[in-house]
Amino acid sequence: MKILVCISNVPDTTAKISFTDNDTKFNKTGVQFIIGPYDDYALARAVELKEQHGGTVTVLNVGESESDPQLRKALAIGADDAIRVNTEPTDSYFVAAQIAHIASQNSYDLILMGRESIDFNSGVVHGLVGEMLGIASYSPVMKLDITGNEAKFAREIDGGKEHLSAALPLVLGCQEPIAEWKIPNMRGIMTARTKSLAVVEPVSVDDSTVLEKYALPAPKGSCRMIPAEEAEQLIALLKTEAKVL
Amino acid sequence: MSVLVFVEIDNGSIKKTSREAIYFGARLAEQLSGEAVVLAIGEATEAELEQAGKWGATRVLHVSEEKLAHENSLAYADVLAQAVGATDSKIIVLAKSGLGDAVAARAAAKLKASVVSGVTELPDTQNGFKVVRSIYTGKAFATVEIKSAIKILGIRKNALEVVESEKSAPVEGFTPTLRESDFAAKVLEVEKASTELSLTDADIIVSGGRGMKGPDNWQPLLDLAGALGAATGCSKPVSDLDWRPHHEHIGQTGIKVAPNIYIACGISGAIQHLAGVNGSKCIVVINKDPEAPFFKAADYGIVGDVFDILPRLTRAVEEAR
Ligand SMILES: Cc1cc2nc3c(=O)[nH]c(=O)nc-3n(C[C@H](O)[C@H](O)[C@H](O)COP(=O)(O)OP(=O)(O)OC[C@H]3O[C@@H](n4cnc5c(N)ncnc54)[C@H](O)[C@@H]3O)c2cc1C
Repeated sequence: MKILVCISNVPDTTAKISFTDNDTKFNKTGVQFIIGPYDDYALARAVELKEQHGGTVTVLNVGESESDPQLRKALAIGADDAIRVNTEPTDSYFVAAQIAHIASQNSYDLILMGRESIDFNSGVVHGLVGEMLGIASYSPVMKLDITGNEAKFAREIDGGKEHLSAALPLVLGCQEPIAEWKIPNMRGIMTARTKSLAVVEPVSVDDSTVLEKYALPAPKGSCRMIPAEEAEQLIALLKTEAKVL
Repeated sequence: MSVLVFVEIDNGSIKKTSREAIYFGARLAEQLSGEAVVLAIGEATEAELEQAGKWGATRVLHVSEEKLAHENSLAYADVLAQAVGATDSKIIVLAKSGLGDAVAARAAAKLKASVVSGVTELPDTQNGFKVVRSIYTGKAFATVEIKSAIKILGIRKNALEVVESEKSAPVEGFTPTLRESDFAAKVLEVEKASTELSLTDADIIVSGGRGMKGPDNWQPLLDLAGALGAATGCSKPVSDLDWRPHHEHIGQTGIKVAPNIYIACGISGAIQHLAGVNGSKCIVVINKDPEAPFFKAADYGIVGDVFDILPRLTRAVEEAR
C-alpha cells in the first residue's frame, strides 16, 4: 500500500501571533514551527497502517526550506521518503493543485492529511485534492482501518459519528483519535538522515486570492469578578448588562 | 447576478448557521444589486423553506431526491455546481462547518473558484472583492482579495447580526443529475444523539474541564445546561479520558464554537482551549483558582467550587423565569 501524507508547517499552538512590514507579513521571530497537529495524527496513523500492511509512506509539504526540519521529523517518525514542493504556500487552491500534481504522477492508495491547517483553518485542501484527482474525499476522519482494497472509517458529524466503508483510493482529512501522536526515537532520528528528501519545483497556478493585510483582534476588556457568595447575580448581569441572555 | 446560498437542513429545518448564511448572502446580493437564491438539499416542508425569505432570499431551489436525504458532501458539491450553472451565480455563500467546508472544497475544484473560509464580515466590493477572514484559530484576521471569477465564501458564526423581515420566498423544485461515483461509499452506521442541541448551532454552551473531577460528576453541569437550553462541551483531557463523548471536545484540535454565552466550569484556559472559544460573545469562567489563565479571556468570572456554584446558578435561572 502506498500512502501519501501531506503536512503543513505551522506555528506552535502556543505561539504569540504578530505581524511585521505594515501588517503584511507573519512575524516569525521567536516562533517555533511544528508539523500541523491534525497532520501529525494523519502521519501517525499512516505509519501504523504501514506497520500492519507493509508498503510505503511518503510525506509531502508545499513550502520553503524552513519546512525541512518538519519533514525530517516525519521521516524520523517513520515515513520512508519526503517531497517538498519548493514554494510559498499562498492559498488552499494553490497548495491543493501542487499536491494533486504530485499525486497524479504516483498512484497512491491513500492520501492523508489533517482536517485543517492551524494557520488558515480552511479545512478545504483534502476536498480540493480529491476533486482535482477525481477520487472521493472525506473529513474529519477519526478512525481508519484498511482491509484489502477497502477502507472502513468513521467521520465526526454534528453531535456524533458516521461509519463508512469505501474502496481505495481515497483522500482523507484526519483528526484525533485516529492515532496517538508519535515522538521520534533515537534510531528513527538517525535513519531519517539517510532517507530521501526530494525538492521539486511547483507547477504554475493562477493567483486566486491575494493577501492584503493582517490584523489582530481588539484587546479583551477586563473581566468582571463576581464574589462566590453572590454567584446568582451572574444571571441578572447576563440579562441586563451583557444583554446576551 | 445572483448569490447562491447553500443551506444545511437538520431534522427538517434550516440550521441556524445556515440562516445566518442566507442573511449574509442577501446583504451581499443587495450590495451587488443582485438576488440571493437558496439551494436546500434534503427533506423539509415548503413552509419551512419559504422562511428563507425572512432572511432575505428571493427564491429557494429545493432538491428532495431520496438518495440525497443522507448527508453526502460529494453529491451535494455536484448539485451545488449544477445550481451555480442554472442560476448563473458568481458567488456562493455557505456556513463554515464540517459539511460546508467539504462541499465548498469539491465545488471550488469543479468551478475553478477560490474558496475563502472563516469570513467575518461583508466583503468590500467597492474596488475588487476583498474579504476579512479569521485565521490562526481566531487569534488574527486577514484581508484577502479574491481574483477568481467564481468565489466561494464560508461564513463564520455570528459574522452578522441577523435582522428578520416578514417576507417569504417561493420554493421551486430543482432536479440535478446525480453521479453514481458520488454514492460509492457505504454508510454502515450513524451514531447520533438526535435530541442533543448541536454545539455549533447553540446560543449558550456550558462546558466542563478536568476540574469536574470525573464522569459521574456531570449532573450539576447538565442541570444548568438544561435550565438555560444550552448545549454541553468539554476540554480535550475530558474527552481524552472518555468522561464525555468526543464530539463535545472544544478547542484548537476540537470544535470551534461561537455562542452568545460560553460558561467554562473547571477549565484552566490553556491557549489551545481558548482558540476554540474566542469567537464567543460573552465568556463566563467558574474556577476555584483565582490565577487560572481563563479569567484573562473572560467577561465574567467567579472564583469558587463548581460543585457549589453550578446548582446555585441553576436555581437562579429557574427562579428568574
Ligand atoms: C497541540 C495541542 C492541542 C491541544 N488542543 C486542545 C483543545 O482543542 N482543547 C482543549 O481543551 N485542550 C487542548 N490541548 C490541551 C491544553 O493544553 C490543556 O491541557 C487542556 O485544555 C486543559 O484542560 P482542563 O482545563 O480541563 O484541565 P486543567 O488544565 O487540569 O484545568 C482544570 C482546572 O479546573 C480547576 N478546578 C479544579 N477543581 C475545581 C473545582 N472543584 N471547582 C472549580 N474549578 C476547579 C483548576 O483550578 C484548573 O484551572 C491541546 C494541547 C496541545 C499540546
